[in-house]
Amino acid sequence: MLTLILLLIPLIASIIALFLKGELVKWFSLVATIVQLAFTVYVFTVFKAPNAPEVTNGLLSLNIDWINSPKINFNIGLDGMSLLMVILTNLLMPLIVLAGFNRNQERTHIMYSLMLLMHFALIGVFVSFDGFLYYIFWELALIPIYFISLNWGGVNRATVTLKFFIYTLAGSLLMLFGFIFLYWNTASHSLSWVDLTMNHICSCKQGFIFWMFFLAYAIKIPIIPFHTWQPDTYSSAPTQGTMLLSGIMLKMGLYSLLRWLLPVLPMGTAEYTPYVIAMCFIGVVYASIIAIMQTDLKKLFAYSSIAHVGLIAAGIFALNVQGIQGGLVQMLAHGINVVGVFYCADIIINRTGSSDINTLGGIRLLSPRFATYFIVIVLGSVALPLTNSFIGEFMLLLGLFEYNSWAALFAGLTVILGAVYMLRMYQKVMLGDVNENVTVFEDLKWNEELVLATIAILIFAFGIFPKPILELVAPISEQIYRLSFVR
Amino acid sequence: MNTLIYTACLGLFGLLAEIFNLRKYLIPILVLGLAVIFSLNLQTWNNPQTHFNGMLSDSNFSTAFSGLALFIMLIILILSGDFYTSTDDEKHISDYMAILMFTLCGALMMFSFSNMAMLFLGIETLSISLYVMAGSRRFELKSNEAGFKYFLMGSFASAFLLFGIALVFGVTGTFSIDGIGNYMRMHADKLDPLFIVGMLLMIFAMLFKVSAAPFHFWAPDVYEGAPSLITALMSTLVKIAAFAAFYRLLSSCFVFALGKAEIILTISCAATLLVGNLVALVQDNFKRLLAYSGISHAGYMMLAIISIQGSTDSALFLYSVGYAVASLAAFAIAITVFKSTGTESISGFNGLAKKNPLLAASLTMAMLSLAGIPPFAGFFGKYFIFSEAFRNGCQNMVFVAIISSIIGVFYYMKVIVAMYSKPANEFEIKPTFAYQMVIAVCLIISIVLGLYPGVFTKLL
Repeated sequence: MLTLILLLIPLIASIIALFLKGELVKWFSLVATIVQLAFTVYVFTVFKAPNAPEVTNGLLSLNIDWINSPKINFNIGLDGMSLLMVILTNLLMPLIVLAGFNRNQERTHIMYSLMLLMHFALIGVFVSFDGFLYYIFWELALIPIYFISLNWGGVNRATVTLKFFIYTLAGSLLMLFGFIFLYWNTASHSLSWVDLTMNHICSCKQGFIFWMFFLAYAIKIPIIPFHTWQPDTYSSAPTQGTMLLSGIMLKMGLYSLLRWLLPVLPMGTAEYTPYVIAMCFIGVVYASIIAIMQTDLKKLFAYSSIAHVGLIAAGIFALNVQGIQGGLVQMLAHGINVVGVFYCADIIINRTGSSDINTLGGIRLLSPRFATYFIVIVLGSVALPLTNSFIGEFMLLLGLFEYNSWAALFAGLTVILGAVYMLRMYQKVMLGDVNENVTVFEDLKWNEELVLATIAILIFAFGIFPKPILELVAPISEQIYRLSFVR
Repeated sequence: MNTLIYTACLGLFGLLAEIFNLRKYLIPILVLGLAVIFSLNLQTWNNPQTHFNGMLSDSNFSTAFSGLALFIMLIILILSGDFYTSTDDEKHISDYMAILMFTLCGALMMFSFSNMAMLFLGIETLSISLYVMAGSRRFELKSNEAGFKYFLMGSFASAFLLFGIALVFGVTGTFSIDGIGNYMRMHADKLDPLFIVGMLLMIFAMLFKVSAAPFHFWAPDVYEGAPSLITALMSTLVKIAAFAAFYRLLSSCFVFALGKAEIILTISCAATLLVGNLVALVQDNFKRLLAYSGISHAGYMMLAIISIQGSTDSALFLYSVGYAVASLAAFAIAITVFKSTGTESISGFNGLAKKNPLLAASLTMAMLSLAGIPPFAGFFGKYFIFSEAFRNGCQNMVFVAIISSIIGVFYYMKVIVAMYSKPANEFEIKPTFAYQMVIAVCLIISIVLGLYPGVFTKLL
């Protein structure tokens, strides 16, 4: 029941936002997302309470008949993994809304309504425990972000967003085939998650269906070679769209690996794990090298994001508890950091009108406060100890080391290369003499400072005190690990 | 049966209206009449009966599809008020309306036939009315071409159908579908070759009528040339009627004899899906685009035909409803845009989002429903028909259908991109009240059915 309220708050807010005008809609969205965040905190306390209700049946879940034939239930619930993603989404949404203050956009009310609709769909993806319901939310999340990018995006947006839309939808339709297959191949003819994790599909068929699901997720994550939509989309989408996409939406793919792929098709996964991990590492190295050579700020961050999520995907496919747990923790950390770096990029581009790192420099001298926040976020991204990424990446490396020591070597490369391009970027953009293109750099506005400060606090808070998050994901990692074993 | 007779009476009334000078009130009266017939039709639900010495028989199948056909015709009539506005049109309005009613009669016969003669009569009544309506813009070259082309090709297909019926009669000695069905069941292991040939001829004729590849070549030309409202009628009512008749024919007469024809149907289904979607990609005329999209939808509906052994009629019906409401909404918007801009090319939609955001949002919803994206009825229809086909062992065809839906998304998005990212043209576009109502009703049905399809999944 509580989950249903979590789901409904953004939907109702989205509808109300349509009828508001101008600045009011921004304040309204901010209030709505903060209410949602406060409610999430309450749900978290219920979840952590000593005699917590059962996950599949109780206060946190809801399972009612929706369609009788074919058997589809409206089945939502929360377990540690869902709750982690809900926390991530609800933590980032107020920041993303706040990022839009002091920015002029046409037809603000439609944009914020779409953002809240996207919020609804994202929560829906994370709390669905029925495959069909999950699929509907998965597709629904695509429509608002497509229109946000199409209407409020930058140059060349029509082509870029169309590519993004078709690419992701192609993956989704393959996944639909996978779900239809699963429906008719489970004994109970249902798509509920619990039933799907108990299927007995022979390994010969699992391999094929594995690819149906994996392609959908590989496109969304994105894992190279299915990443070509991502850098263009990130750089042409409006900042808030990019934050939504990189912070939350690509976590849909990673989350779905853990929810709908590993436990559902363990034999197929086991069969193709080495190939997938190889793909992830090729992607990590390739994306890192491109990021090192990249001069466009937004594209640099886009490629760095590919490298980071490649590592998370590899860790998940290591198929051990550390890898899965590390993947989950790192999803939260990466979501926070990537939103931070894209927001910093937007602040720089907005003030200087340039996204080429060679034409920037010396911003530190003009705006020391901004420089401080930026370095904290950069250090968070390169996984310095005491920042949030450190715990996640450490566990991912541990998981990969257990899988294969060579794999850990490649994984370690990500961290090193990540430090190379992030610090190089910081040096070129922020340090040195003031570049002639950057003569004035207005100091941070209140909303910008609030967003950056929150992100900086979160980076240190999770870095120094990760215990609640680790405790939250430990049992579910164990469960997913057990289910992912060949039955 | 009553439904058919009352509809025919409405048609006659349309003809008489000319004499009694009732042109002005004609459309409201017909709309009212159809609404009454719609409610009468519901009374035949769960009340199967046979009429006219076994010529027609009501069943839930025929009631459901008749209801859908009446609804579509009701929408078309409401749209026609603001469509036929020129003086030439006004002179002929009662003829047009009468012919539309007779088209509906043909469709109603096709849903409830239980004798081959009635099938043929139904198809001919429907087709001949449409030949006339396709060519009803007398002074337009394209309309004339459409009518003539449709007539030539259509009569060819009718001849095939008739020849097939004759051969089947020669073998079984009966026109009744029960009799033919009994023959098929008794001789399922060794069927007379003539029976097979007759069946194949009839299948070819029906493939032509549903515009399945490789018998689809008439459709784009006819759809483009015919008046837009008639195109809307052809791509919804006529296609659905042809599919319902096709389904009824195969399921009652030939279901055990399909072993020989299965490969033909499968190839035709795959070809329809791919041709429809691939050729639609390069279309610039919106009506041609919808024509090819209609061909590809015929491909999805063919999935219900090739998996007919598993009684997929509910899936076919649900898909038809989702397809019909989305198409009608799309056509209502398209007609408005054509009228204001004077062009049928996709460029007419450029910048619609800036001029009339609500209309652009509506067309977006219609397009997303046609492309099969949740939460619209088009998505659930597709999911259900895929799922049913999968259950009946057509896994490979479902895969082909999935691939072709991916291709299909491109051209539906082309329209959306034009509306949202191209610079606006100078024409002002505002639908009339009737059109607004139709668009709203169709989209609401689409969303409600998409969110709560449970009512229809076990209907038949």
